[in-house]
Amino acid sequence: MRRHPALSLLILALALAAGVLPLAAQDKPRSGGELVFVVPSEPPSYDAHQEETFGLIHPLAPHYNTLLRVDPTDKTGTKPVGDLAESWTISKDQLTYTFKIRKGVKFHDGSEMTSKDIKASYDKILKPPAGVKSLRKEAYEAIASIEAPDPTTFVVKLKYPESSMLVNLASPWNFIYKADILAKDPHYYETHIMGTGPFKFVEHVKGSHWIGKKNPDYWDKGKPYLDGYRAIFISSSAAQVAAVRGERAMIQFRSFSPPERDQLVQALGNKITVQESPWDCLNFVSMHHDKKPFNDKRVRRALSLALDRYEGSKALSKITLVKDVAGIQVPGTPFATPPAELEKLAGYGHDIAKNRAEAKRLLKEAGVPDGFAFTFKNRGIPHPYEPLGVWLIDQWRQIGLNVKMEMIEASAYHPMLKRGDFEVAMDFQCGFIVEPDLDLPRFLSTSDANYGRHKDTVIDDLMHQQGRATDIEERKKILRQIEKRLLDEEAHVIYTLQWHRIVPHLSKVKGWTITPSHYLNNQLDTVWLSE
Amino acid sequence: MAISPPIDQVAALPAQDSWFTAARRFCLGRPLGAIGAAVIVVMFVVAVLAPLISPYDPVVNDFAGMLAAPSRAHWLGTDAFGRDVLSRLIYGSRTALLVGFGASVLGATLGAVLGVASAYFGGRVDLYLQRLMDIFLSFPLIILALALVAILGNSIPNLILAIMIPMIPRAALVIRSSALAIREMPYVDAARAAGFRHGRIIMRHMLPNVMAPYLIMLTAFLGQAVLLESSLSFLGLGVQEPIPAWGLMLRGAAVEFAETAPWMAIFPGLAISLSVFAFNLFGDSLRDALDPRLRTQ
Repeated sequence: MRRHPALSLLILALALAAGVLPLAAQDKPRSGGELVFVVPSEPPSYDAHQEETFGLIHPLAPHYNTLLRVDPTDKTGTKPVGDLAESWTISKDQLTYTFKIRKGVKFHDGSEMTSKDIKASYDKILKPPAGVKSLRKEAYEAIASIEAPDPTTFVVKLKYPESSMLVNLASPWNFIYKADILAKDPHYYETHIMGTGPFKFVEHVKGSHWIGKKNPDYWDKGKPYLDGYRAIFISSSAAQVAAVRGERAMIQFRSFSPPERDQLVQALGNKITVQESPWDCLNFVSMHHDKKPFNDKRVRRALSLALDRYEGSKALSKITLVKDVAGIQVPGTPFATPPAELEKLAGYGHDIAKNRAEAKRLLKEAGVPDGFAFTFKNRGIPHPYEPLGVWLIDQWRQIGLNVKMEMIEASAYHPMLKRGDFEVAMDFQCGFIVEPDLDLPRFLSTSDANYGRHKDTVIDDLMHQQGRATDIEERKKILRQIEKRLLDEEAHVIYTLQWHRIVPHLSKVKGWTITPSHYLNNQLDTVWLSE
Repeated sequence: MAISPPIDQVAALPAQDSWFTAARRFCLGRPLGAIGAAVIVVMFVVAVLAPLISPYDPVVNDFAGMLAAPSRAHWLGTDAFGRDVLSRLIYGSRTALLVGFGASVLGATLGAVLGVASAYFGGRVDLYLQRLMDIFLSFPLIILALALVAILGNSIPNLILAIMIPMIPRAALVIRSSALAIREMPYVDAARAAGFRHGRIIMRHMLPNVMAPYLIMLTAFLGQAVLLESSLSFLGLGVQEPIPAWGLMLRGAAVEFAETAPWMAIFPGLAISLSVFAFNLFGDSLRDALDPRLRTQ
């Protein structure tokens, strides 16, 4: 019997409705509940402008807004959207960015937020008052001036066009603070919270937890969906896994290691969902340029030449969260180093015997005796720091170096790097968007994050050139020159392996999307619980 | 004029046992203690001969053989870096014994000196020393050791210091109580009356007479020190990678791969348990052998 087309359509429509509607209802955000998540590190201070650890971003980001943010639904984490800025325009000469600021946004104390607060916050980032640190001011060198001509307009004027400016203004570190408070005490935000974000601050018990509760006056009506959140500080990775496995915590936003992921999947089955992504993070070794023999570039090059990165990649990716061998940009991104180019750099060639012979020759030439001993300081976070540290020490042993590792508690690690209290230390670079202008300013001679304290005007000049280059091929060419100097000729730092991000979470956690950065998507305004 | 005992009484005194005879009597009388002692001796031999008997270098990574199950090539398997577990256990005994003996000998000895001095001088010295000991005793052993390692840093000498300090008041308390009884002995009064200096009386007449409780404390501390060192290393506050240490072998990948590569955790765990058990067995038997009240029962 031939069925009438209209009847077929009706059946199809009914079937779709039956199948899709419950799914749609299920995916509709539900209000209520408390999100409990694990944070493996604690905030050294509460001021995001001067810190660079996820230990600050994860518990504190829900209290704040930024001018722009990265689209929380974009898996590539590269698309800027408005946060406190409702919209924006860019002048034809690409030198003036004009932002329309949202009305009706209130700080948690009930006062109105205006463009004056945004200007004061950016003033603190760009030109911090004496005694106040700003870790990212070098990333905004293109900015000539900032203005707040009226309460709903914020204008950024540039000295020269910079294609990375918009994503740079979406930095999750650039919390908007209250102008009046900053005028009275520029150090206030190091120890206090006062933002406009979706959650209000309740309490911080050091070593235990951080609690936030829903901001009922949040400007984005209907959000946040959660009643509140509780960040629990657990440094032991086994305890973190146990917390998720026992469903006492729902997610850990940084990453778990491959074996930890497998354990959770095996234990929780369909109660757990795993999101994975390439990770815009990398560990590199900083060598103090004022301390002998690391002031000698031959020694620094030897340390890089000793590393068998390709073998290390294969082995370490099975036990920890590193994977790709990379240059100064994440593999697969527009400015990444082609493999053929990469192999020409010191320590990136496949002939490891030849590399190590060269390393030994360099050490001998530099007068470093066989069995020379030094201490390698490493951050007290198991993954990937400890396995990478064990690997590095083994690699250096193979060129006759006798290295002792000292693990330093995570919250004391940044202060140690800042003091320069090391000979050789594990350093780290994590960006919120893969972009040379954001990833590389720490290698400028003047950067506060240049912990190895190298002075290299050639790199400084090249950095400026690449930032102004409008032609992508020209920019790539300059970036290769920077890379050659940074990792090979001068070997100011030693890159190890690119990270790989793995976030298993309870399936009831909805509205959160993984990106290549663990600094993104932590405002929690879009997150909800299905149960 | 010196007074000598009558010659017939001297002849009646029992002959002094040789070491061998004493050891034999101990082994026969207290077989569990003898087993404990045997394990300790084996640990010592293994630690001393580690470079000769270890099949592999304990710190060399071998990624081709990572997470290998126990086999002929690797009797106890390999860890996440392909390092031989047996070799790391053998070298780990050096760390355990170095930290264990270092901390317990120093802790028990300093505790003994303070305990005897406290008992001998009495009065304010005793009062202040005992209150100071009470303060230290109010902290659980592991908590005080954790705090000290956090302050001092985590090198092996600091680890010995951190484990030793909480042991001092415990030794001082026990040894003071023995010394209090000795202080009242006529020979101590005689030494005082003869005009000997305090130092000589303490060192020559009192300390030798508290040797039994001292040895008992020492053996009890040994097991505790090995356990503490392993605990601190497991928590990441003790010995650091890549130095082989039993507690360190239990952390990190050993936990993550507990289900797929259980040998990484089982063997170091057994080594810790066995050594602590051996020290405790030996300590208990030694106490029974040296305590005259138990000896007469």
